[in-house]
Amino acid sequence: MSKITVALFAVALSFTLCVSCARRDSGLAAGPDFQKRFQEALIGAKPGAVIDLPEGRLDMDRALSLSVDNVTIRGKGSDKTILSFKNQKSGPAGLTVTSSGFTIEDLAIEDTKGDALKINGANGVTVRRVRAEWTDGPSEKNGSYGIYPVQCKNVLIEDSASIGAADAGIYVGQSSNIIVRRSRAEANVAGIEIENSQFADVYENKATHNTGGILVFNLPDLPVKGGGNTRVFNNEIAENNTQNFGAKGSMVAKVPTGTGVIVLATNHVEVFKNTIRDNNTANVSVISYFTTGNPINDASYYPFPEAIYVHDNVISGGGAAPSGEYADALAPVVGKPMPAILFDGIVNPVKLGPGKRLPDDLRICIQNNGDANFMNYDAGGHFKHVSRDLKPYNCSLAPLSAVNLPAAAAAPPAGGN
Amino acid sequence: MAAVLMFSACGGRGVHPHVAEPYPERLSAWHLFAGEPAALKPNAGVIPYDLNTPLFSDYATKYRFVWMPPGTSATYNETEVFDFPVGTIFSKTFAYPDADQGGKQRIIETRLLVNSRSGWVTLPYVWNREQTEATLDVAADPTTVHWVHPSGTRYTIDYVIPNTNQCKGCHDRSKIVTPIGPKARNLNKDFNYPDGRFNQLAYWTRIGYLKGAPPPDHAPKLAVWDDPASGSLDARARAYLEINCAHCHNPQGPANTTGLYLLAAQTDPMRLGLCKVPVSAGQGSGDLLFDVVGGKPEESILVHRMESTTPKVMMPELGRSMVHREGVALIREWIASMRGKCSEGRSGHL
Repeated sequence: MSKITVALFAVALSFTLCVSCARRDSGLAAGPDFQKRFQEALIGAKPGAVIDLPEGRLDMDRALSLSVDNVTIRGKGSDKTILSFKNQKSGPAGLTVTSSGFTIEDLAIEDTKGDALKINGANGVTVRRVRAEWTDGPSEKNGSYGIYPVQCKNVLIEDSASIGAADAGIYVGQSSNIIVRRSRAEANVAGIEIENSQFADVYENKATHNTGGILVFNLPDLPVKGGGNTRVFNNEIAENNTQNFGAKGSMVAKVPTGTGVIVLATNHVEVFKNTIRDNNTANVSVISYFTTGNPINDASYYPFPEAIYVHDNVISGGGAAPSGEYADALAPVVGKPMPAILFDGIVNPVKLGPGKRLPDDLRICIQNNGDANFMNYDAGGHFKHVSRDLKPYNCSLAPLSAVNLPAAAAAPPAGGN
Repeated sequence: MAAVLMFSACGGRGVHPHVAEPYPERLSAWHLFAGEPAALKPNAGVIPYDLNTPLFSDYATKYRFVWMPPGTSATYNETEVFDFPVGTIFSKTFAYPDADQGGKQRIIETRLLVNSRSGWVTLPYVWNREQTEATLDVAADPTTVHWVHPSGTRYTIDYVIPNTNQCKGCHDRSKIVTPIGPKARNLNKDFNYPDGRFNQLAYWTRIGYLKGAPPPDHAPKLAVWDDPASGSLDARARAYLEINCAHCHNPQGPANTTGLYLLAAQTDPMRLGLCKVPVSAGQGSGDLLFDVVGGKPEESILVHRMESTTPKVMMPELGRSMVHREGVALIREWIASMRGKCSEGRSGHL
C-alpha cells in the first residue's frame, strides 16, 4: 500500500472506531461519594453528554435531578446497575428529569420513597431497558409511579419493567405521541396507564398480577384534558388479581381487583389482538366518568367514552371472583362468572340519533372476540335493564393510525447495545 | 444619598459582579460583605431586605441582601417579580444559634441568585466550620446542625443544602429560573436600615434601585402571617400558603400538573383545594379524600402533608425537614373557620 493509502485508511479507521466513543463524557466509578459525584455530573452535563454508570448496588439517600437537555444516562444493565433508594432520607422521587431529549437505559431504580423515575415537561423521552421496582412487593407504602412521564411529547418506553407501584407502574400522563412497548408491568395497582394523553400506542407488553392491567383514562380537573387516540394491541393482560393497595380516595383505588383493560371516558380507543385472560372481575371494562362516583366540577370535561373499538382479542377465563361494588351489587343480579366485556351503558343523550343510537363513528364496537360474552350493566339505571346482547355493538370503526415518533427517539443510540 | 452609596462602591473593595461562567469558587470573591466574613456586614450598595411573610426554612435565621450594578435599577411590576437588571445579585444566608457553642451563630450556607447574561443562575456556597469562608458546592451533602431555640430547647436536624437543580426546582416559572420573594406585595413593608426605618419600596426607589413604583400605600401588600394586626385570618393564611407553596403550585409552576393553585390572588375555591380530589398525591393523601375540607383541618390533605416529615408525603417537598408548628396552626385555624361540605359522591367502582 502506498503511504497515502495507509494514511487514508488510518483516518477512515479512526473515524469508524470513534463513532461510538465521541461522547463518553462521564464514566462514574462506584465508591464513596457516588451519589454526590452522580448529581454533580447531572448538574455539570453539557447537552449531548452521556453519563455512564458503573455496575453495582449503588446506595442513594437523596433524590437525583436532571435539567440539561439531550443527556443520556446509561448503566450496565437493569440487573447490574441498581440505584437503591432503600435508605432515602430526602426528596420526593428517585430521579426527576425536567429537560428534553432525555435517554435512560440499562439500569434499575429500586425502593424509592416516592416515584422512581419522573420526567416532567420533556420533548423527547426514551426509557429503554429500565426496571423500576419496590422489592418488598405490593404495599401502600411504595411510591406511586414507576416510570412516569407527565406533560411530555414524543415518549418511547421500551423493554422496561415496573413492579410494585402503589398507583401505576408505567404511567404516561397529559402527554402526546407515546409508544409503550415490549415492557413488563407486574404487581402494581395499575400496570400500564395512559391518562389524559393523545396518540398512544401500547403494544407487545405483559401486564400481569396487577390490580388492573392496562388503563386508558381521561379525567377532569387536570391542566391537560381530552385524552384520546390510543391503541392497545398485542399485549398479554392476564391474572391481574392482586388486591388493590392504592391510596384510599385516589382514582386508582377504585379499580376493582381483577380488571384486565379499563377504558374510562376516553375517545378513540382501539383495543385489539390482545390476549386478555383470567382477570377475576372483568377482562375488559368500558365506562363513563359517572361510574367513578365522583362529582364533575369541570365544565370543559367530556365524561363519555366514544369511538371505542374492541376487536380480535383472545379473551378467556376470569370473572370468577368479582371485586368491590361489582361483587356486592352486580354479581347477584348477573351471576358468576362475570361476563368478559363490561360496559356501563352510559351514553351522551345529546348525541343519540334516530333509533337511540350513537352516530356510526362514535359507537362502542365489539367484534370478533371469539365467544367472549358481554354485558351492558345499565349503571345509569341502577342495573335495572342489564343486557347481554352484543348485536348493538357489532360494528367496526376505522382503525386508528400508528404513532410515529421522531427518528431520534425511536432508534437505538449509535454504539448502543 | 444614592450617589454616596454608588461611588463608595467604586474604589477597589466594592462588589465584584460575575455575569457568566466560570463563577467564583469562594463567596469572598464577590465582595458582598466587608470585614470579617461571618459578621455579614454588607458592602456598599448591598442592601438588606425582608419580606412580609417569608418561606419556612426549619427556623433558620435568614439574612437577605440585594445588589445591583451602579447606574442600574429594577422596574416595578404590580403582581410579578420586578424586572431586575443583568448583574443583580440576591443573597440569602442561613444561620442558626449553635447549641455546641453556647448559642453563637453558625452560618450554614449562602445562596446567590445572580442575573447573569444568560438568565438567573443559582449558586449555593457552603460555609466552613471556622466561619472564614464559603465554597461553591453544586451538590452539597446534608450537614448536621445542633441548634438552640431562644427558649432553650435544643434541636438536631439533618440540614439539606439544596443542589443547584433543587434551587431551580422551586425558582421556576414556566421553566425559567426566577426569583420568588422580591415582589411588590412582599417587599411592601418597613425595614430598619442603618440610616433609619423606611418602607422598602420607597427606599429602593430613593437609592435608585427601583423605578416606577407607586407610593407604598398604592402598592399591594401581603399580610404578615403571624401578625393579626396586619390582616384577617384569611389574608394571613393566604400569604403563608403563597410564599410556602405557590412557587410550585401556580399555573406556571412545577406543580401545575396538580391543578392546586395557591397564589394569594387565587379566587377559585376548588383551585385552593376546597373539596378537591388529589391528582397525584398517592400515599401523600394519608387516606384522606380532599385537599381541604371546610371546617375540618384534620380531614384535609393540605394539613396532613404540612405535618409530615416523610419524603413523598411532606409538603413542601424540599426546603424543610421540620414541621412548622406555628404555620400549621395558622392553616388549621383557617380551615376550621370555613364552612361547607364536600360531597363524597356515591362510593364508586370502575
